[in-house]
Amino acid sequence: MAKPRTLYEKIWDDHIVHRAEDGTCLIYIDRHLVHEVTSPQAFEGLRMAGRKVRSPERTLATADHNVPTANRAHGIADPESRLQVQTLSENCKEFCVTLYGMDDKRQGIVHIIGPEQGFTQPGMTIVCGDSHTSTHGAFGALAFGIGTSEVEHVLATQTLIMKPAKTMRITVNGALQDGVTAKDMILAIIGKIGTAGGTGYVIEYAGDAVRGLSMAGRMTMCNMSIEAGARAGLIAPDETTFAYLKGRPFAPKGADWDKAVAYWKTLQSDAGAAYDKDVVLNAADIAPTVTWGTSPEDVVPITGIVPDPKDAADANKRAAMERALEYMGLTPGTKMTDIPVDVVFIGSCTNARIEDLREVARVAEGKKVAANVRAMVVPGSGLVKEQAEAEGIATTLIAAGFEWREPGCSMCLGMNEDQLKPGQRCASTSNRNFEGRQGRGGRTHLLSPAMAAAAAIAGKLSDVRDFTKGAKSDAA
Amino acid sequence: MKPFTKLTAIAAPLPLMNVDTDMIIPKQFLRTIKRTGLGQSLFNDMRYDESGKPKADFVLNRAPYDHAEILVAGENFGCGSSREHAPWALLDFGFRCVIAPSYADIFYNNCFKNGILPVILKQEQVDAVMEDAQAGLDVTVDLPAQIVRSGNREFKFDMDPFRKRCLINGLDDIGLTLEKAGTITEYENRIGAERSWV
Ligand code: SF4
Repeated sequence: MAKPRTLYEKIWDDHIVHRAEDGTCLIYIDRHLVHEVTSPQAFEGLRMAGRKVRSPERTLATADHNVPTANRAHGIADPESRLQVQTLSENCKEFCVTLYGMDDKRQGIVHIIGPEQGFTQPGMTIVCGDSHTSTHGAFGALAFGIGTSEVEHVLATQTLIMKPAKTMRITVNGALQDGVTAKDMILAIIGKIGTAGGTGYVIEYAGDAVRGLSMAGRMTMCNMSIEAGARAGLIAPDETTFAYLKGRPFAPKGADWDKAVAYWKTLQSDAGAAYDKDVVLNAADIAPTVTWGTSPEDVVPITGIVPDPKDAADANKRAAMERALEYMGLTPGTKMTDIPVDVVFIGSCTNARIEDLREVARVAEGKKVAANVRAMVVPGSGLVKEQAEAEGIATTLIAAGFEWREPGCSMCLGMNEDQLKPGQRCASTSNRNFEGRQGRGGRTHLLSPAMAAAAAIAGKLSDVRDFTKGAKSDAA
Repeated sequence: MKPFTKLTAIAAPLPLMNVDTDMIIPKQFLRTIKRTGLGQSLFNDMRYDESGKPKADFVLNRAPYDHAEILVAGENFGCGSSREHAPWALLDFGFRCVIAPSYADIFYNNCFKNGILPVILKQEQVDAVMEDAQAGLDVTVDLPAQIVRSGNREFKFDMDPFRKRCLINGLDDIGLTLEKAGTITEYENRIGAERSWV
C-alpha cells in the first residue's frame, strides 16, 4: 500500500517537473499573480535577456499597493507611484498579461481578487511576489510568496527551483465562542508558536473550528501563516470550498467542473499521514485577541493587560519587549480596554472581504464613531465595494461616520497617502504591527473586523462581547 | 550575479531579534522600478531622524561600520514581506554576507538570488562574532570551506550544496532552468491531459 501522504505532499508530488539527485525539485507553477511593486525589475530582467512570459494565461495582474483610495479620477499624485503603476500597465501590454487596472471594477488587493475571480483553485501551486500569497492556501492550494528574482523565474519558465518544506498540522478543536473569529484564532496561534514558529514549514489547519469557517475566515487564517513564519498555510478543500468557487469567472465549467471536483475531493491528508510537528488548541480557550507590541506574536486577550518585560523568558526577549513598549507608548499593567485609539483601519488582504464588512456593519449599525477617532473602511476589491453598496453596508457605515473608500492596500502598509502620523495609535484589521508599518512612528494594534468596529465606536480598544451586550440592553 | 567565495571584512553588529523587512527598507522606497540605489535608504527609520539627518548612535553611521560588508544580527532576521528590496538595499550598501541564528524563509531565499550569503550560526556563536564585530575586528567568511573566522575562533556552518555551487559560480537560475524547457513542456502536456481545467 502507498505511504499515507499529507495534503502538502500530494500537491507537491503532482507538481514535480524534475527532481535532482540532491532532492532539489523543479516545481510547476499553475497560477501567478502580479502587482506593481515587486514586478517591474522582473519584467525588466526578461526584456534585457530577450525572454518572453511563458504562460501569460496563467498570469493575472492588478495594481493595489500604490493606488489612491479616494479621488481616483485625479489619478495618482505621487510621481514615483504613478510611474510604478504605469510601468505595470506597459509591461502587461508588452508581455500579453491580463491586468485589472485602476479603472476596472475587478481591481483590488491581489489576494482578494484571485479567489474572487475563481483564479485560485484547490490543488494548484500559486505564487506572487508578495508574502501574503499564503492567503490562497484556504482553498487547499499550495500558495506562497516569492521575491522578484523568482517572479522573473516564474514568468520565464512557469517553474521554481525548490526543496520540500517540513509539515506542521495545527488543529483547533471544538467551536469558537461568540464574538471570536478566524482573526482571533490565527492571532492566538501566532501567540502560541511565535513569529518564527512556522519557519521552514507549511502549516495545515485542521479541526472543527477551522472546518466551521467560511472561505473568508479560512483566508484570514491562511493569510497570516506568514506572520507565524510559514510561507504557506493550507486548509483541505470541502463542500464550502466548492460552493464558493462554483460559477466564478475562472472556475471550471461543465464536464471540467465535475472532473475538477472529483480531483479536489482527493486533496485531503491521508489517515496516518505523518507531520513533522503537531500543535493542538482548544477553540474554547480563545478570546477576542489584540496585539500590544510590534510583532504579531505580541498578543493578549482583550480582557488582559500590557505585559511586563520583567517576566520575559530571556535577555533578548526582554530587550525586544522593552523596545516594543517604548515604541508603542505603553506601560506594563495597563488594561487593554483602557487604551484609546486615534485611527481605525478596516481593510487589507486579511480582512476586507464582504463577510468582514458585514461584521463591521453589524456592530456599527445605528451607532457613531467616537469623536476622537478617524475610522476608514477600504474594501478589498471593486466588486466587494459594489456588493457592500448593494447590501446597504456602505450606507450604514457612512451614517455611523466611517470613511468609505476605493479598494487597495491603503493603510495596511501606507505606500499611498493613507498613513498614520508619528505617535498615532491605530486599531487595524491588517496583519503586521511592525514599527513604522502603517506610517513612521505609527502604533498598530491588530484585531478582528468586529473588534475594530467596536474600537471605532468606543474610541478605545474594547471587548466586542461587552459592547454588543451593552448595546442591546441600552436599546431595551 | 557576482560570485561569492571568501570575504574578510568589517562586520556591523545589530543585536536585535525579528529585524523585519519594513525596518530594512521601509515602504516609501518600494516605489522604485530599479534594483539599485537603495543602499542610502537601508534601515532608514533607525538610521536617520525625521529631518533626514543621520543618527550618530546608529551603527552604520559610525566608522568603521560605514564600510561594513558583513552584518551580524539576532534571530528571525528578515521576517515580514517578500520584498527583494531588502537584499537589494543590503547589497547596494555593500553587504555581501549576513550572520544570524535564523532567518525568515523568503528573505533567506532572496539573498541567494543576489549574491548575498546568509550564514546560520548557533546563538552563542553569533554572540561571539557579535562581540568581535563590536570591537571593530575583521571577520572572515569562507564559503568553500563553510567556515566563519572571528578573532581566533572558527565556526563551521551548514549550506545547501546546490545553493553553494550557484553562489560560488554566480550562476543564473533562469538560464539553468531554461535548459530543461523540454521537460517543462512534457509536464504541461501530461497535466493538460489529466487536469484539463488547470
Ligand atoms: S493588503 Fe497589506 S499585506 Fe495585503 S498585499 Fe496589500 S500591503 Fe500586503
